[in-house]
Amino acid sequence: MALELDPGSRLARRSYDTSLVADVLVIGGGPAGAWAALTATEAGARVVLVEKGYTGTAGPLSSANTGIYYIKPDDPIHRRGMVTARMPLAFGLADERWLERTLDQSYANLDAMANWGYKWPKNEAGQEYRARLRGPDTLAFLRRRLTYARVVLLDHSPALELLMSNGVAAGATGVNRQTGTTWCVRAAAVVLATGGTAFLSGVAGTRGNTGDGYLFAAEAGAQFSGMEFSSQYAPAPYGGVLSRGAHLEYATLFDNAGNEITRGRKTVEAIEGTGAAWAILDKAKDEATRAMLRKTHAHIFLHLERLGIDPFREKYRIDFRLEGTIRAVGGLAIDDDLATTVPGLFAAGDITSKENVVGAGPPGGGPAAAWALASGSWAGKSAAVFAKRLGPLAKARPVEPIGMTGLRTAKDRKSDLSIADVTASVQAEMIPFDRNYWRSGVNLAGSLERFGREWREISNGSLLGEAVDTRSAARDLMRSRETTAMLATARWINASALERTETRGLHRRSDFPDLDPAQEHRLLSGGLDDVWVRRVPATPAAAAIAS
Amino acid sequence: MIELVAESACIKCDICVRICPTDVFDAVPGAAPIIARKDDCHTCMACELHCPADALYVSPRSDPDPAVDPETIAASGILGSYARALGWHRGAPGGTDDDPGVLLAFNRAPNPNDKVRMQLYNISQRNYIDVESSQVADV
Repeated sequence: MALELDPGSRLARRSYDTSLVADVLVIGGGPAGAWAALTATEAGARVVLVEKGYTGTAGPLSSANTGIYYIKPDDPIHRRGMVTARMPLAFGLADERWLERTLDQSYANLDAMANWGYKWPKNEAGQEYRARLRGPDTLAFLRRRLTYARVVLLDHSPALELLMSNGVAAGATGVNRQTGTTWCVRAAAVVLATGGTAFLSGVAGTRGNTGDGYLFAAEAGAQFSGMEFSSQYAPAPYGGVLSRGAHLEYATLFDNAGNEITRGRKTVEAIEGTGAAWAILDKAKDEATRAMLRKTHAHIFLHLERLGIDPFREKYRIDFRLEGTIRAVGGLAIDDDLATTVPGLFAAGDITSKENVVGAGPPGGGPAAAWALASGSWAGKSAAVFAKRLGPLAKARPVEPIGMTGLRTAKDRKSDLSIADVTASVQAEMIPFDRNYWRSGVNLAGSLERFGREWREISNGSLLGEAVDTRSAARDLMRSRETTAMLATARWINASALERTETRGLHRRSDFPDLDPAQEHRLLSGGLDDVWVRRVPATPAAAAIAS
Repeated sequence: MIELVAESACIKCDICVRICPTDVFDAVPGAAPIIARKDDCHTCMACELHCPADALYVSPRSDPDPAVDPETIAASGILGSYARALGWHRGAPGGTDDDPGVLLAFNRAPNPNDKVRMQLYNISQRNYIDVESSQVADV
């Protein structure tokens, strides 16, 4: 293809079809990004929100319901009760004050949604229940609100790299995957809300979740925390893709020999040890309960129905599918204001570490959804304040695009590896139970060596093939960056997992199957060419004792 | 993944082309959109919900569904069944307030020996609110 049309060369030459200036740029249009954009707008900022897919349908929330914290701030039994109930699930790594502020912000955001017209169901007594959101409705609702708030929305516009100005985040560039055009948004502050990654395990709604924002942040020098708490798997019908388990409250589970098992680790052991696991919703005995379940979890039952399964009357085969860092724990290290370690760069939702709130996990949908809304609000507010402080300086400063591996390589040659090769290599480590559900020192060390070789190879040679037109070239460029992001993410995860020689929450070691009380610390990580991991105290209180 | 754009039902509004988060469809002038990048479909079913004509069918399988026959699907009444189950109508959201799971009759307590789940369940019983007292004046 002619060089002047190739989106990659055009980005390198800083030739942009669309150039916008904003106070705050939000990357990612799921619930966290939407709330960041709304809150920044409310604080007086002009906001541009770019989304790889379409704001209003993008992200894992699109495919199902989620529970969400709606805890009354003025009901001490409710509020303290939730805090004390959750803390044992955090394995010593959470901070009560963070959990409390998340509960309070999530409550405020849900009340705001009520005032804007989102409808919740009522019980027989006429009382409303706001502790649940329906995914597709919530995303469509937030898009309407973003339009009403005059947030500029760029859809089908994957960001490919950050712009920096003397070490301060200053915007991003990318392509439009439907037109092959290039775009650039200069901004006084940037919020990353690109979500976690399931390493393309096939779980519903996660095709766009390839950890792009992790890569952008790392290129800017940001740090991660708790990346080892990322081994999140969830039940799905065998051959299906919807990893939701709420309806299994009504199920009895069996291994392949017909022995009754429990949900979670025992289910994985059954699949590994006996070849399969099975479920039947036999605790929903009467037709009224079954009708209620069908209605309340319509998405789950639709999937089962179309798979030809009658879950109330027959045992059906289930699987555990990888969600990775989606609704898990690990992510970008953030401070009280949701700032990353890079000035001007803020983060919200699944891309951040949730250790402050859920410790080593597992967080579940409710805490993850509450965190998306709450952290979105805080990051949006912080970014708007940062932009205001910077003032007119933002527009005047010189900026540099900083994307490297997967976008611009050190040497002008083709890599020996293809996008498919690298994806397969990453998936071979991140998806199988005997590699990632149960990790081991030998496997982790071996994978890190291979990943390191692969990283050097793709840093010195392009992953791109021959594109036939600008549109496919834009898509290839996006795929190349996605693949690079997944490889980098797998390295931070496995380097952190190797360092933590114990089993705790969402990190399991077959060679260290027990919790080690001496490892109640956090692990920071980062780096691209050289990946590093460092121990830090779990909370400010722990740090005070240690010093 | 996406299996079918029913030509007979499609009104050529191209909403699916616009809202598909993985850019699976291509618009075709004067005709129904085509499934151009099926492998990219991640089975979120957003296209089915947003389609105002109930012209799309998404299989819940992670691999292509060999059993899908367009005429059988169109005749089965399955088109639009997801939208109907949720309470969406002609591509417009609806039905979030119609959730029988909040009725007291269906509240299911966990195993009383599971102290953590039991405590979370007891707390969840306090989630209900009297709407009048929670309304903010500036609506």
